Amino acid sequence: MKDTRQIPAMEPERYEFRAVPMHQFALERRDFFKLLGAGLAVFAIAKGAPGQETAPRGLGFHEEDWPKEIGGWLHIGEDGSVTGFAGKVEVGQNVRTSLAQTIADELKVPLASVRMVLGDTMLTPFDAGTFGSRSMPTMTPQFRKVAAAARNYLVEKAAKQWNVPTERLTAAEGAIREAGSGRAVRYAELVREDLWSNRIPAEEKVTLPVDWSVAGRDAPKVEGRSFVTGGHRYTTDLRPDGMLYGKILRPPSFGATVESYDDSAAKAMKDVVLVHDGEFIGAAAPSAALAQQALDALRVRWKEVPQVSDKEIYSYLKKNAKVETEDRLRQAEGSIDKGFAAAAHKLSATYNVAYIAHAPLEPRCGVAHWKDGKLTVWTGTQRPFAVRDDLAATFHVPEKDVRVIVPDTGSGYGGKHTSDAGMEAARLARAAGGRPVQVVWTREEEFTWAYFRPAGVIEVKSGVSADGKLTAWEFHNYHSGMSGIEAPYEVANQFTEYHPVPLVLRSGSYRGLAATANHFARETHMDELAWMAQADPLQFRLNNLKDARLRAVLEAGAAKFGWPRKKAADGQGFGVAAGSEKGSYVATFAEVRVNPRGGTFEVVKLVEAFECGAIVNPDGLRNQVAGAMIQGLGGALFEAIQFEKGKIANNRFSSYRVPRFRDVPEIVTVLLDRKDLPSAGAGETPIMAVAPAIGNAFYDATRVRLRDLPLQPEHHLAE
Amino acid sequence: MDKGIEIEINGRTFTAESPAETPLLYVLREELGLTGTKYGCGEGMCGACTVLVGGVARRSCQIPLSVAAGEAITTIEGLEKNGTLHPVQQAFLDAGAFQCAYCTPGMILSSVSLLKAAPNPSEEQIVQSLQGNICRCGAHPRIVAAVRSAATKLQEQAR
Repeated sequence: MKDTRQIPAMEPERYEFRAVPMHQFALERRDFFKLLGAGLAVFAIAKGAPGQETAPRGLGFHEEDWPKEIGGWLHIGEDGSVTGFAGKVEVGQNVRTSLAQTIADELKVPLASVRMVLGDTMLTPFDAGTFGSRSMPTMTPQFRKVAAAARNYLVEKAAKQWNVPTERLTAAEGAIREAGSGRAVRYAELVREDLWSNRIPAEEKVTLPVDWSVAGRDAPKVEGRSFVTGGHRYTTDLRPDGMLYGKILRPPSFGATVESYDDSAAKAMKDVVLVHDGEFIGAAAPSAALAQQALDALRVRWKEVPQVSDKEIYSYLKKNAKVETEDRLRQAEGSIDKGFAAAAHKLSATYNVAYIAHAPLEPRCGVAHWKDGKLTVWTGTQRPFAVRDDLAATFHVPEKDVRVIVPDTGSGYGGKHTSDAGMEAARLARAAGGRPVQVVWTREEEFTWAYFRPAGVIEVKSGVSADGKLTAWEFHNYHSGMSGIEAPYEVANQFTEYHPVPLVLRSGSYRGLAATANHFARETHMDELAWMAQADPLQFRLNNLKDARLRAVLEAGAAKFGWPRKKAADGQGFGVAAGSEKGSYVATFAEVRVNPRGGTFEVVKLVEAFECGAIVNPDGLRNQVAGAMIQGLGGALFEAIQFEKGKIANNRFSSYRVPRFRDVPEIVTVLLDRKDLPSAGAGETPIMAVAPAIGNAFYDATRVRLRDLPLQPEHHLAE
Repeated sequence: MDKGIEIEINGRTFTAESPAETPLLYVLREELGLTGTKYGCGEGMCGACTVLVGGVARRSCQIPLSVAAGEAITTIEGLEKNGTLHPVQQAFLDAGAFQCAYCTPGMILSSVSLLKAAPNPSEEQIVQSLQGNICRCGAHPRIVAAVRSAATKLQEQAR
């Protein structure tokens, strides 16, 4: 743990960042001696005794640990190939492509010559993790600076070589050319050792978005071909020599502990490595089936403990809010009482949001290999450096002896922030005599032992004047989180409170965090107010909104959707919702169709306008925005984790419904490219207005108001 | 270990030593190193493990080795011929019909199977035949567009 790491104000719903690792190993005594030698072992035990709470690790957005030299970020090979190094990871959001575009654009080289090395703690600069829509706002300015500095170095080298002023030289297509004479020299011929140690200037003139040539344009996914041939190796596909397959024996319910353990039968099995360390029980074998047979042969008695169920979750959250706590937010503006007194219409409503799962198609996986006391772990995580720190602390080895490598991963959506599978693989590999061990979670493990987007209860009270202006806004969020809690609307009298509640289920980050829950409550409530005030829902929002960027997406989306639309048939409904988070802006318009007699409901069309500053890769962005909208359909309509007695009742794709082809409506994206503004991230915000837009459209069609997520519209249609 | 089970994959014959009841998925991934076929659920509900069995899309997690052994199996690794992508692979690449791409091999093989049975499929037929394949990133509209464009390409080639 370095002292320079600062812990910024972190969204409280990122519970997984603060949690101690899932596993606390005692390890075996001889392991310590093997690893550290007798003298050091004493020290290691004293500093990091198992079970002891450790400080939050790797939380900072700090840049102090970043390399100050060009060579830490960029390399130009003798063949002219360019390599960029970033601690970000590729989980499908296409950061590999947009960073390569940024380097190609600023360095003035062909896109095809740029390769990115990502998420490797030995090769890439420190990075807190790929989350919070931070890759574009932090990494693109950095690579712009680095590439511009490298380009300037090359121009100066050429100027010296030819003894001409730098003004006569231009950089393009990987070469420096002189105006007039037309002579040229390739970058590769100019690069000398001293380029790598050159300091990156604090300020560097970089190309403005209006002058971009490679960035700002459509670019296909870098290395895309390897994904359509099956050639790309995800962590689950790695097969290092001698690799064993690991399986973990999971407790029968949350919080259960081992009461008795009998491995006499399993021990007798050939080729099986068994580990029982505290609450951790696992096996590794030459096939996954054999590892599972070994676990099946164990006789373990568990002590189970009572657990909260989904039937009582919302009342539980209300009742168990922490009163005296630091992470609570209370924010007041004006006088809420005066605001209510001035209101012509008043409304009070409660909105509930269920736990949902990320369900990435590639399950959590780790491959671990110990060699000469050093550990290498390949794992599909969004936070490779935090996982490295976790592993180092858990196994009592220096951070420099742990290397975490993240192969491009089968998605995350905020769900792969922890070290679990890598840690399990590493623990099994400790006992496997130098053989690598792979642990792949089953789908059932994914749905049970990963973490969830937290459930929440949101209470909103509001007042509106006779002329449709908000006079009072009171907003309480229990448990689900603080992201996107602040209303973008103009209200003189406001009171906002976030009420933390101790965790019921293991919970943490999910694409958009609580912004989805808070926008669902706020934008549904705004719709209710508009109907009360007999105002058009879009006009009502605009009447209470000054923020020009939010107005712009509302207006652009409305134009594309054709708002206000006349109903062409019975059962048709239109809805709108909007908001801003993490520096980007979204407005979503929904068209739905219900057939009350048949009890059927359908989302016919979604139009979404989105703005995130200067767009780096329009094609990639359209893909990502449409993807967020479709993923958002699941949480909006039907996704909910069911749990009772410490078990997940719907822990499979056959019982936990996710959006499929038939659920996908016509999807229209409208991108606003603001070349005058810095690029913001786009991974999260496009998901958050989908649910309220659909719920509001359902009301328009039926006059039935849905205040819970998932909306489950079919359940609310009259027979 | 007895003599093993012969199985034809991508035109090559392998001798698999896994027990006869082992689902084909694990024979491919663990024994033969053909990792393009993905695990997603193990219950035939996500389509990530789709392969062609006698030219028809099937979930390899649901087919025991002993059953698969009698048929010609095609996995994603077997679609590319002499360095040229199958038109469906090419269409997915051209359409950018993926994000994390973990579902892509299964999507492609389901589509190849569809286009064999219905060379000019309606949108409804495409949706119907891909309904069992999960994409969590939400690339669905592009996937449907890729299948359509592959259908056109294949029909042109057939002419």
